[in-house]
Amino acid sequence: MTEKEKNKIKILINKKEIEVDENLTILDAAKHARIKIPTLCKHEDLHATGACGICVVKVEGMKKLVRSCTTPIQENMSIITHDAELHEVRKNVIELILSNHPNECLTCLRNGSCELQRFAEEFGIREKFFKPLIVEKSKDLSTKAIVVDAKKCIKCGRCVDVCQKIQEVWALEFINRGFDMRIAPAGDILLSDSPCIKCGQCSAHCPVGALIEYEETDKVWNALRDENLYPVVQIAPAVRVAFGESFGLLPGTITTKKIYALLRKLGFKAVFDTNFGADVTIMEEATEFYERYQLNRNKLPLITSCCPSWVDYLEKYYPELIEHFSTVKSPHQITGVLTKTYFAQKNNIDPGKIFMVSIMPCTAKKYEISRTDEMFASGFQDVDVSLTTRELVRMAYSGGIDFERLEEEEPDEILGNYSGAGTIFGTTGGVMEAALRTAYYLFTGKNLEKIELNEIRGLDGIKKANIKVDSKEIKVCIAHGIGNIKKVLDEIKESKTKKVKPPYDFIEVMACPGGCVAGGGQPYQISDKLRIQRSNGIYNDDKQQQVRFSHENPMVKKLYEEFLGKPLSKKSHQLLHTKYKPRPIYYK
Amino acid sequence: MTMQKEEIKLPNEIIEYIEKNSNKKGFEIMILHKIQEIYGYVPRKIAMELSRKLNIPLAKIYGIITFYHIFKLNKPGKYRISVCMGTACYLKGGEDILGEIENILGIGVNSTTEDGIFSIEIVRCIGCCGIAPAIVINNKVYGNLKKDQLIEILSEYTKIEGKEIKND
Repeated sequence: MTEKEKNKIKILINKKEIEVDENLTILDAAKHARIKIPTLCKHEDLHATGACGICVVKVEGMKKLVRSCTTPIQENMSIITHDAELHEVRKNVIELILSNHPNECLTCLRNGSCELQRFAEEFGIREKFFKPLIVEKSKDLSTKAIVVDAKKCIKCGRCVDVCQKIQEVWALEFINRGFDMRIAPAGDILLSDSPCIKCGQCSAHCPVGALIEYEETDKVWNALRDENLYPVVQIAPAVRVAFGESFGLLPGTITTKKIYALLRKLGFKAVFDTNFGADVTIMEEATEFYERYQLNRNKLPLITSCCPSWVDYLEKYYPELIEHFSTVKSPHQITGVLTKTYFAQKNNIDPGKIFMVSIMPCTAKKYEISRTDEMFASGFQDVDVSLTTRELVRMAYSGGIDFERLEEEEPDEILGNYSGAGTIFGTTGGVMEAALRTAYYLFTGKNLEKIELNEIRGLDGIKKANIKVDSKEIKVCIAHGIGNIKKVLDEIKESKTKKVKPPYDFIEVMACPGGCVAGGGQPYQISDKLRIQRSNGIYNDDKQQQVRFSHENPMVKKLYEEFLGKPLSKKSHQLLHTKYKPRPIYYK
Repeated sequence: MTMQKEEIKLPNEIIEYIEKNSNKKGFEIMILHKIQEIYGYVPRKIAMELSRKLNIPLAKIYGIITFYHIFKLNKPGKYRISVCMGTACYLKGGEDILGEIENILGIGVNSTTEDGIFSIEIVRCIGCCGIAPAIVINNKVYGNLKKDQLIEILSEYTKIEGKEIKND
């Protein structure tokens, strides 16, 4: 939001006078007055489409009801948002939607979190009023990350809007028209053959169960009871500040040590932290940046590669920039491979028996775990299953765990110890900040005096800064949300064709707006407010750590001493680095 | 080989058309009409090439093609059977006529027989309500239809092609 002066106007909502910005819709103006008008299609992140028809209100002087999401307010407008008649109209609309929505709530993944189900409950719909007319359509499980269940779609258009306008991926679109209209990947092909990058923003915005994560909790339960296996787990940075929301805690509450305890209760034999992997990623990536800056400037800017959706996007849309990608694996793959090599060797455990589960805020991590041969660097699949935060919430509930009263526990050594730099990986700007903390040390031999780089924090879609390192100025850029990233990449492409110096030295990218804290696998109800709350939680976690630099994490030092040698060593390259290749946008 | 790498060239006719009209409003629809005029339908490979050439997402192109009934996704048969489902034809048994044609040819609506001879589509009123139920095969109208006439009508066309309708 810009801080521009806005003209205020007076309107009457439910006969009470309020003063609001003149360019609001009725729906948003009502929100200012703390009046919630029900809607199934309008989402704060997205454009109003007027698709669902539930947000209708009465406006004095107008004969018909109007949709509040698409109607702008006017001076002295008098609006009624709730009364018995509106209740009936809205109820009818919901009944109509329910008439072509399958009655499968009990077996639906969104049971209990579905927005349509909530309205059916609140509006007192106890039987199906209209004759059901359901169009059968089989589920598309092809990506093994996102599931399209078009049968359940209520045609609100949120997924299409987020996929086309925010992510600019254009995997999803409505096809056909009228009653036959449905969501489908580009021209009715499988999602895995489409441009989909598995970011899961569609599933984070879907009000019902039409777009969901590929659920793998059963695989994990089976591993936990298999006596031949040694189940091990790791949690991502962004999980710890959102997990508590599902147990009544405020967004941003740090629940790291309770999650460790929970995971042990579920039966995991060792509990690690992806933040440790993040510290290792930084050791490698900051060194990579330092070396390119000193010796190989034409390979700058260096672009971060922790986000698998982003990797998929770049391989599909900008293959000519692959040489700029950091070759370092993402923290969760690093934690995975180190578990099945270093940890296994040290503790004399057969790596073939280790079953590594990662708890991620992300749907694309499900894709990443078998992305290329390098994800099997230990000789086994380095991460066996990747669960979303939401899946772990369900396991905690069905596992009978009283999360609130769990006693905090520590992670297992040594892949559980992390620095503040490792934890901020979970939010936009965090990877860059962590990398710069260590890169500064590599350039100068000293630590940054001002550890917190406020200039690259916050929710602006593209953030730029010049970081002073001795006499040098390192130009960095951070982009999140694929739509923003495109603009930055086009700048780089242009500088390459014109053979001029690129405008940045170092670029951080995260596919989801806000970064991993608002990832496609996080608890529902995403909004900018939630993005900020969760990201504040991440920064608080950083502040609470005694060690704030990856290169000062004593366990990371130990790992290099005992096992890897030094960053970018031969062994590091074998285990911690990966390759990229151009991929087609459409496979069919 | 992946689709992306394959070089499918748009015919010169289409490229010229694009160059001439690309600044016009509603251009996407015009070019799709042109493609259908040339091929009789919008082939996926051409749609994909068009998507690349114009930098329009394929999903958007398919959104348009499937929204307007006039665009076809599959190659129509040499003889296009249009079954009228306008009010009069519908009331006079248009559905039975359609069902019988589907039975005889062994294909459904919006599909083409394997030999490429026939395709079936549904149309709204063709202005022949007085002789309902009616069908049109290419440009020839058949009215006052009864189910048992259909095999004879369709055979006229298979004979021209030197084939027979396999009735099982």
